[in-house]
Amino acid sequence: MSRRLPASPPAQRRRGLPRRLAAVLPPALLVLALLGIWELYVDAGSASSFVLPAPHSIASALWNNAGFLAANLAPTAEEVVLGIALALALGFALAVAVHFSPVLRRAVYPLAIGSQAVPIAVIAPLLVFWWGFGVFPKLVVIVLICFFPVLVTTVDGLAAVDPDQLKLLRTLGASRWQAFRLAELPAALPAALSGARIALAVGVIGAYIAESQTATTAVHAGLGHEINADLTALQTPRAYAAAVVLFAFAIVCFNALALAEHRLAPWASQPRGDTR
Amino acid sequence: MPSQLQSRLAPHPHEAVLDPPAIVLEGVTRAYRERGGGAVRALQEVSLHAANGELLAVVGPSGCGKTTLLELICGLQAPDSGTLSSAAAVLMPQRDLLLPWLSAVENAALAPRISGLTRGQARRHAEGLFAELGLHGFEDSRPGELSGGMRQRVAFLRTLLSGKPVLCLDEPFGALDAITRAEMQAWLAQALAREPRTVVLVTHDVEEAVLLADRLVVLSARPGRVVGELDVRLPRPRVRTDAGVVGLRERALALLHDGARGAGTGVGAGAGE
Repeated sequence: MSRRLPASPPAQRRRGLPRRLAAVLPPALLVLALLGIWELYVDAGSASSFVLPAPHSIASALWNNAGFLAANLAPTAEEVVLGIALALALGFALAVAVHFSPVLRRAVYPLAIGSQAVPIAVIAPLLVFWWGFGVFPKLVVIVLICFFPVLVTTVDGLAAVDPDQLKLLRTLGASRWQAFRLAELPAALPAALSGARIALAVGVIGAYIAESQTATTAVHAGLGHEINADLTALQTPRAYAAAVVLFAFAIVCFNALALAEHRLAPWASQPRGDTR
Repeated sequence: MPSQLQSRLAPHPHEAVLDPPAIVLEGVTRAYRERGGGAVRALQEVSLHAANGELLAVVGPSGCGKTTLLELICGLQAPDSGTLSSAAAVLMPQRDLLLPWLSAVENAALAPRISGLTRGQARRHAEGLFAELGLHGFEDSRPGELSGGMRQRVAFLRTLLSGKPVLCLDEPFGALDAITRAEMQAWLAQALAREPRTVVLVTHDVEEAVLLADRLVVLSARPGRVVGELDVRLPRPRVRTDAGVVGLRERALALLHDGARGAGTGVGAGAGE
């Protein structure tokens, strides 16, 4: 699994710069090459700059609108972080409930899957009708999009506990709750965090959808809202600059989560792990 | 049950040699359903007993119902027929089943923690034994950092710290290499000398049984029946090359062979498919 690579053992990490360079260089070169092709493509007049701005004009839009973009990132970042946190809580709680009750599993699962097929545009007016244009209806949209991967991975993680392990705990006198706390809960943690990473990946686009569907006329209403406004106003370079900010924000969040995972479930990234 | 009362009164069986036996099985038969619907007879008319503080080895070919026997003694299954009484027993399964998110000492201290002690109290409970039994310095290692032999030691301590008077060990060294296994056998003998318990040791290694046990019960292939018993009245520590050990090992092997031959008919009678 490639996600385990950054969490390499300290002996390897200590070897320092050359190794880190080797990790950064290939993606950097790839990005540079793609940007070069992009620049050449636009300069050759293949596409109007309203449709596809050249990298250099996106870069200058980024530079010239840094304050504006930062001000719009703030509400979006808040939505993403809070939304993911709520989605994690809801997905995890549902997973535990479903794990303990087969009846609930049969009741909840089809609904959860169905909920993923409902276009947000259908329920957006209702959300606005109930909660207006504040942050809450946007959180609802993000949670709706993001709880599902957490639910599915956590349910699988809880079910993957070795039945012999549970039998052993029973012979040591553990109650159902103790077995859950000592074995199932920690065993499900890495799975839940994997779900959280998927949730994060879709959470940023979830925030964009949420902002699009509950649009306001407020000044700094978020990057999603701003992108839509800029595209309508043919300020395409700034829309692209905003997309670059979202792109970077997603990567930062992803890495923060990987760090958290390393802290919360260190055994899961141990090289020798559970060898039996 | 009188056996439970007795276990409460005499947690250290060595001090009460005149007590009734810790484990008595009389004509115990146990079958289980296979996925296909057929019944597999694991044990047939098994009668055996273990005195307080005795180390009883149960040897038999693979699939002779040894694990079923231990689960019956531990109360994880009930016999289909026959009677069984045992003091409170705890199972040490074949695989160590250490929890990878707990440190070695926390794994060993699972039972005290389950019984309601705090993390710190449970830890202190286990630390003394850790040092005494040669695990000093490994308290905070995670299971993933330990060798197979060390993991097995931690698993044994976890079993010991359950506080139950009967230990059921299911091929505890089956997955270890020959050298580590020999070390572990010596270690176990030492550990039990310090912390005496009634032990039922299930193994397919006849030599291991002769080196460690006070008495041997030989089971046939499935369905498991008792084909013979051997008293091991040899001084300890025992060495695998001692004439006494070698002689008993050969006798036990001969019994195993008899059991395997007899099992040809036994399987036919038992498999009700």
